[in-house]
Amino acid sequence: MAVIVRIPTPLLSLTGGQREVQAEGSTLMDLIEDLERRYPGMKERLCDEEGNLRRFVNFFVNDEDVRFLEGAKTSLKDGDVVSIVPAIAGGLNP
Amino acid sequence: MPLKIYPPVMDIYELVGNTPLINLSDYLQNTRIQLFAKAEWFNPGGSIKDRPAREIILAAEKEGKLNHKKRILDATSGNMGIAYTLLGRARGYKVTLCLPENVSPERKRLLKIFGAEIILTDPLESIDGAIMLARRLYQSDPEKFFYADQYSNPANVLAHYKTTGPEIWEQTSGKITHFIAGLGTSGTLMGVGKFLKEKNPHIKLIGIQPDAPLHGIEGLKHMLSALRPSIYQEDFLDEIIYVSTEEAYHMVKRLLQEKSLFVGVSSGAALAGALKLAQTLSEGVIVTVFPDSGHKYLSEAFWED
Ligand SMILES: Cc1ncc(COP(=O)(O)O)c(C=O)c1O
Repeated sequence: MAVIVRIPTPLLSLTGGQREVQAEGSTLMDLIEDLERRYPGMKERLCDEEGNLRRFVNFFVNDEDVRFLEGAKTSLKDGDVVSIVPAIAGGLNP
Repeated sequence: MPLKIYPPVMDIYELVGNTPLINLSDYLQNTRIQLFAKAEWFNPGGSIKDRPAREIILAAEKEGKLNHKKRILDATSGNMGIAYTLLGRARGYKVTLCLPENVSPERKRLLKIFGAEIILTDPLESIDGAIMLARRLYQSDPEKFFYADQYSNPANVLAHYKTTGPEIWEQTSGKITHFIAGLGTSGTLMGVGKFLKEKNPHIKLIGIQPDAPLHGIEGLKHMLSALRPSIYQEDFLDEIIYVSTEEAYHMVKRLLQEKSLFVGVSSGAALAGALKLAQTLSEGVIVTVFPDSGHKYLSEAFWED
């Protein structure tokens, strides 16, 4: 299952400059594990030591904040677009 | 009897600066070290950024770069925009700001109420995307805008050289030994640092940096991974101390619980950095700055943790 992941500028060094990458996973946490395999160092940036999503990183699945879905357990399907957005100064609240 | 008011304040420009210095020495076990923080939310716009905004506007007027045919333009994630807008409108200027879409709703709302025109940029590109857009806007119509460019404008540094630095020197009776502050544009550290080193070259300057490129310390920049401000001179610093976002959050909450001080996340980072610094010293007088209060961070999730 391929999901498109949009990478924020501060993490481009991990993806070799790619703004969009593909990864797989049936939940957001699976996806993060897969990203870690493809781009080592990614998980530590996105999750704290206990494995929780970091407070200052927002994840959007097709423009929906996973905080209002099921957090790290949010399920994903083929073709979903996941955006990783730095939450400096709060959330994405257009 | 004529009414007498002391001291009479004629306009908002006079309210900028002269902020209190708070004694936090009881956070340290070693009684031979003293720790103070400058409470910058006492500025009229609510943050340390009133100082550079005032200097940038006044200097640009004097140099003929700013007049009433031009709008003030810059990239900001909030505080500087608030300062430009309040101080700008007091002198009749309109303001256009480029900001990343992920700045907090509180900030966007404040900027709108204050009367700024805001242009949102891709949240994935952080502040650097906003900087690039501000540059393009300016290049497309240099007559329309005064591009304040806080990241390169020497008036940003000068503001702190002329005000923050002398205040700290006086408030500590010249006893300060270490100045430590977060690095955003680096204006605070460069300006205060220059003043203090001229007064006493033994004073040490320490910069605080987020420990990772992706972080949540609003106002600070991870210099290794981001566009470098041209006012930033790293070799001017004696040391850099790294702080995680979680450490900053923790200190924000401690300050509220233990001191009833309601500060923003970069103030928490300042305290975390200052405490790390203190552990490496046997004596000294450490001064840091708390750039703003907690009001603009109400929508953040960490308060509930
Ligand atoms: C909340 C906050 N903290 C810290 C800073 C950093 O200050 P400076 O730009 O002088 O390095 C800023 C500046 O944007 C800020 O808004």
